[in-house]
Amino acid sequence: MDRLEGLAKLTGRERYVDDLPLDGFLWGATVRSPAPRGRITEVRLDPRVDWSQFTIVDYRDLPGPNVIALIVSDQPVLAAGYVRHVHEPVLLLAHPDRHALRRAVAAVTVAVAPEPAALDFRVPARAPEIQYGTDNVLKHLAITKGDVERALADAPIVVEGTYETGAQEHVYLEPQGMIAQLEGDVLVLRGSMQCPYYVLKALKHALARDEQRLRVVQTPTGGGFGGKEEYPSTIALHAGLLALKSGKPVKIVYDRGEDMAATTKRHPSLVRHRTGVTTDGRLLAQDIEVLMDGGAYVTLSPVVLSRGIIHAAGPYACDHVRIDGRAVFTNAVPFGAFRGFGAPQTHFANERHMDRIAARLGIDPAELRRRNLLRDGQSTATGQVIGDGTDRVALLERALTLADYDAKRAEHARFNAASAVTRRGIGIATFHHGAGFTGSGEVMLASRLHVAGLPDGRVEVRSANIEMGQGTLTVFTGLAAARLGIEASEVVIAEADTARVPNSGPTVASRTAMVVGRLVELACDALRTRVGLDQQAAGDSLRSAIRRWHERHSAEELIGEAVYERPPGIVWDDATYRGDAYATFGWGAYVAEVEVDLRTYETRVTDFVAVQEVGHILHDRLARGQVQGGVAQAIGWALLEECRWKDGAMSNAQLTNYIIPTSDDLPPIRVAFIENPYPLGAQGAKGLGELPMDGPAPAILNAVAAATGADPCTIPLTPERLMEIAP
Amino acid sequence: MKISFTLNGAPTSLEVDPTERLLDTLRYRLALTGTKEGCGEGECGACTVYLDGLPVNSCLVPIYQVRGSTVQTVESLDPAGLRPLLTSGATQCGACTPGVSMTACWIRDHPELLATHTIRELLAGNLCRCTGYDGIVDGIGATLEAGA
Repeated sequence: MDRLEGLAKLTGRERYVDDLPLDGFLWGATVRSPAPRGRITEVRLDPRVDWSQFTIVDYRDLPGPNVIALIVSDQPVLAAGYVRHVHEPVLLLAHPDRHALRRAVAAVTVAVAPEPAALDFRVPARAPEIQYGTDNVLKHLAITKGDVERALADAPIVVEGTYETGAQEHVYLEPQGMIAQLEGDVLVLRGSMQCPYYVLKALKHALARDEQRLRVVQTPTGGGFGGKEEYPSTIALHAGLLALKSGKPVKIVYDRGEDMAATTKRHPSLVRHRTGVTTDGRLLAQDIEVLMDGGAYVTLSPVVLSRGIIHAAGPYACDHVRIDGRAVFTNAVPFGAFRGFGAPQTHFANERHMDRIAARLGIDPAELRRRNLLRDGQSTATGQVIGDGTDRVALLERALTLADYDAKRAEHARFNAASAVTRRGIGIATFHHGAGFTGSGEVMLASRLHVAGLPDGRVEVRSANIEMGQGTLTVFTGLAAARLGIEASEVVIAEADTARVPNSGPTVASRTAMVVGRLVELACDALRTRVGLDQQAAGDSLRSAIRRWHERHSAEELIGEAVYERPPGIVWDDATYRGDAYATFGWGAYVAEVEVDLRTYETRVTDFVAVQEVGHILHDRLARGQVQGGVAQAIGWALLEECRWKDGAMSNAQLTNYIIPTSDDLPPIRVAFIENPYPLGAQGAKGLGELPMDGPAPAILNAVAAATGADPCTIPLTPERLMEIAP
Repeated sequence: MKISFTLNGAPTSLEVDPTERLLDTLRYRLALTGTKEGCGEGECGACTVYLDGLPVNSCLVPIYQVRGSTVQTVESLDPAGLRPLLTSGATQCGACTPGVSMTACWIRDHPELLATHTIRELLAGNLCRCTGYDGIVDGIGATLEAGA
């Protein structure tokens, strides 16, 4: 089956939020803070502008609490006299003419009496910079297994390392956008988003409006990558406030510059490792400290930190592990969800560190991993015993074979000895990614999904999980058709509209195919039961049973419902961070080959092999696309994508100098799957979307280390950075 | 000012602000929303149209420049010719895709370029954040074969 909406996208017929026809509407825009911290002393409107032509909204217009409801209620919808980061929203304007609006935004001056700003998460804040608790620490989490101090003291060799990663901008190609419109008494929000029910919750709270008078509808979404997980709540509230005040439809669509400067990014990180090893390379103790820059509000930082520390020790067996994680407040634009959600940062550190250990011991990096990869029956840092039957060493061997690893190492040694200006190298990374929400997350979400039988005999899947390019529409259609023995053309996927679909949870955390897809299957079964059929019933008997049911129950809805249930045997303790952190993990072994130009210090990835075990593959072309796209995004993070900061603001918020990979920057990405069906995932699928973000950066830097003899520990590894550390 | 040009084969005249971007004229005056804005500064290629037969970023073209010219947008492409791109996985989120379709068809219609350039070089003006480009490059290859 080809991607269902693919031809509409290729021909330009797919309509995104800014493409929707809309009459008599106002454009909305946001006036933002010019300073990272301080009291707003004046919001001055240039008297030369006729402001009576504009709808103007500030914090005093909020019907409810001035808070964007998420984990912690600390982020205002609009600054109330005080700002904590550059670009913090202060004032909203709306006007029918977009150009007049742009000029009006420039005619507002926000004056701020500056106060000392915390701008470097890596160093402890000085007293005047403390703004959160007693130490600016937003969240502190720890994992303990065994006795690390003693194991380190007893270890024959201890290897240390410090690793840093920078912020990364999502660069979904469709910028954030939202339309707010009153339809009768109902405020309807239509826009680009991953989580309609997050938006609904935020609207309900800050607008003090009951759910019957709110409706959130996802429009075709041009990429998300986490960037449209929590942020759309903000823009929805802004558009909603302007629509309520003006009584007209309001559309806010960010341009690229505003989107890059003012919305969330991947958390910068600093990770320190102290590892005890035997002389033959067995891990004895892992002592890991993780610091992440949370930015000016809590947003999702506690959960990003959580996933980060749970993955920090890698897919290795070690009896003594201590991981200490802190997310730190700074006066930066809040960092937020981004594909991988903390794990890419800690995997980067751990996998670079493994190569440092290998170099110290004089062991081949592949051999070091072979000796330490988790075997079934061994446990992770949280004490989760792995027993899924996946052979992680075989996964690595497959990747090494596909990449021709041993031969390439020998060939590179000869090449490098002969070349004056070019160095070649090959590097690997082995890693894992927990699928679905962490710990008790899925249980607390309690996702619900409906499959409705329609009067004409077709079925409709009603879920809040959205299509943003990853293939939800196609995958859900395929799952329902296969489960019910009907044609794909007989399956309708309902628009993600909170007035029509139940809350099947957010479209995040690599959970949609595995967790929600399983609910599609169970809801199909429930539908069969509703019409009095047994579970083998399919095709014609089902179609006619659905039609007959509707003949007997006119104007009623025929719905099969599924609700998430905790998988048997999964135990997690949030207080101690012990137990089964995830229902299951995907496993990866990636190999990168690079060429470094010693004249320019540019690094080019010349070959990339991505082997993974993510359960059963539901749709080969879509799955490959997820891996190839994730690898490409991670190559950008590793080598090109640098957010540059000046006084708390991103100074390169444009695609001219924030560089993402083009087709000419990337090699073909060679993808292979080893399939080991996961019994509790849809058709045996595990989560897949985020895993590919975890492995490429360390594999590439390991390859650069092999090529040049440098020991790079910071990404992005720009030519400037490599020049500084090259031997 | 009043401006006349040929749009997707049809003579078109309308009253415009001469400094307006061709992209905005297409999207907001003529409701041709297939052409997307990805960056507004000529980096991403999502707004690619053909101006007198050559692919250009319509966000960088002031409308007065198209006086008397021929403009073709993604809406003018034959959907049948795009099928190989569908099968190869050339589109995911779709925001860059209309621009990619325009570039893909342009390469298909100018195969002589491949004597001096690779598909990856010719595609480098279209940023895609989803596919890693493999699905697009494969699809263009298949399009060329289908056309050959």
